[in-house]
Amino acid sequence: MADDRAFALKIITPDRVFYEGEAIMVELRTTEGEIGILKNHIPLTCVVAPGILRIRETDTEVKTAALLSGFVEILGDSVTILAEDVEWPDEIDVNRAEEARVRAQRRLDEKADTTNMKRAELALQRSVARIEAAKK
Amino acid sequence: MASMRDIKRRKTSIQSTQQITKAMKLVSTVKLQRAKTRAERSKAYFNCMYETIKGMIRRTGHIDHPYLIKGTSDKKAVVVITSNRGLAGGYNSNIVRLITGSDLDKKDVLIYAIGKKGRDTLKRRGYTIQEDYSEVINEPLYKDAMEISETLLEAYSKQEIGEIWLAYTGFKNTVSHIPTLIKLLPVDDTEREEYKENNPVGAIDEGILTDSLDGSKPAGSHSHSVGAIMNYEPEETEALELIIPKYVASLIYGALVEAVASENGARMQAMDSATSNAEEMIGTLELQYNRARQGHITQELTEIIGGAEALSS
Repeated sequence: MADDRAFALKIITPDRVFYEGEAIMVELRTTEGEIGILKNHIPLTCVVAPGILRIRETDTEVKTAALLSGFVEILGDSVTILAEDVEWPDEIDVNRAEEARVRAQRRLDEKADTTNMKRAELALQRSVARIEAAKK
Repeated sequence: MASMRDIKRRKTSIQSTQQITKAMKLVSTVKLQRAKTRAERSKAYFNCMYETIKGMIRRTGHIDHPYLIKGTSDKKAVVVITSNRGLAGGYNSNIVRLITGSDLDKKDVLIYAIGKKGRDTLKRRGYTIQEDYSEVINEPLYKDAMEISETLLEAYSKQEIGEIWLAYTGFKNTVSHIPTLIKLLPVDDTEREEYKENNPVGAIDEGILTDSLDGSKPAGSHSHSVGAIMNYEPEETEALELIIPKYVASLIYGALVEAVASENGARMQAMDSATSNAEEMIGTLELQYNRARQGHITQELTEIIGGAEALSS
């Protein structure tokens, strides 16, 4: 379906081209908050925070994935996501993510001086994003 | 002339060496194929990353971010990517020579070694080995590159090191591998120092972004839109802070993948020429052996005839 609202979306990881195609809307989480990108968005570069990525291909078809780190470059009619870590729901190991969540939570609760709070926080966000993406 | 038995023994020994080199060649051919596909698959990411960073720095102009200006420390961290195993022709020694031949001062250099061969040689030559990640080279993962870059950036922000360099073998194609030494940090757009053995005029583009082999246009094809005003969220300095570590990690990963491909390519070539050299030697020895055998028979015959003549007369 050729849709004049569609724009080119490309998601690249260091190991593969994760997604390449047209979308009419992309939703994701950045360090500044959630954003939704439509065609002709102003040029913008933003840094990804762990969260769920929704790719609206048509009005009825939506793909979701867990986008964990990377950054997004928006240039008018094309959007490129340079993702260090992105997974389709069926690639996620829910048990492992759950385990990681518990572990990160425990580390945050301990509040020991030795733990890197920022890192634990990120790990928690990542595992939560994974679990949520897998539930869809 | 060597005796027949000596020649024969020598020939058998060379034959068994040839069998080994032949097997090694086959193994590295297979490994090369795998490493090559991997290097090609990840190329898109690096092209794009490189374009983005370059664009960002050009657009933001001169900002006083620690990642963009030289640190106060004289120490220079050099990430040296070599192999864990030898028998790969000049692969490892080219990298070592690249470092000893560069104008990096020996006492200022801290080596972050990836690959045992480079580590040992540099250690012997009196360089300081700061860290050793040699086990990574067997099967490089992006996570490894992230870890290494984290360590480097931590030392960098603590002012323990003032510059970060990367020495690896770029993979251009199966037969051409280019030892490359590039400066990772501080990112310096105006004067990128470049050391390339074969190609001193080559810009950084060729090192990291060796011609895309499949001919497809690089992922960073949007680079023509440099004129567009880019907005940053969070604002530029902060965005740089977050993106530069990813940039360093991706460059290290790219170098790792390319180095693995180069290593196997170099080994394949070395083993190929070793096999054909052995072939040649076996040929020469075969000739010598036959000649010795003939000489032996002739001599025996002469002796018998001589003996018979002496009896009959």
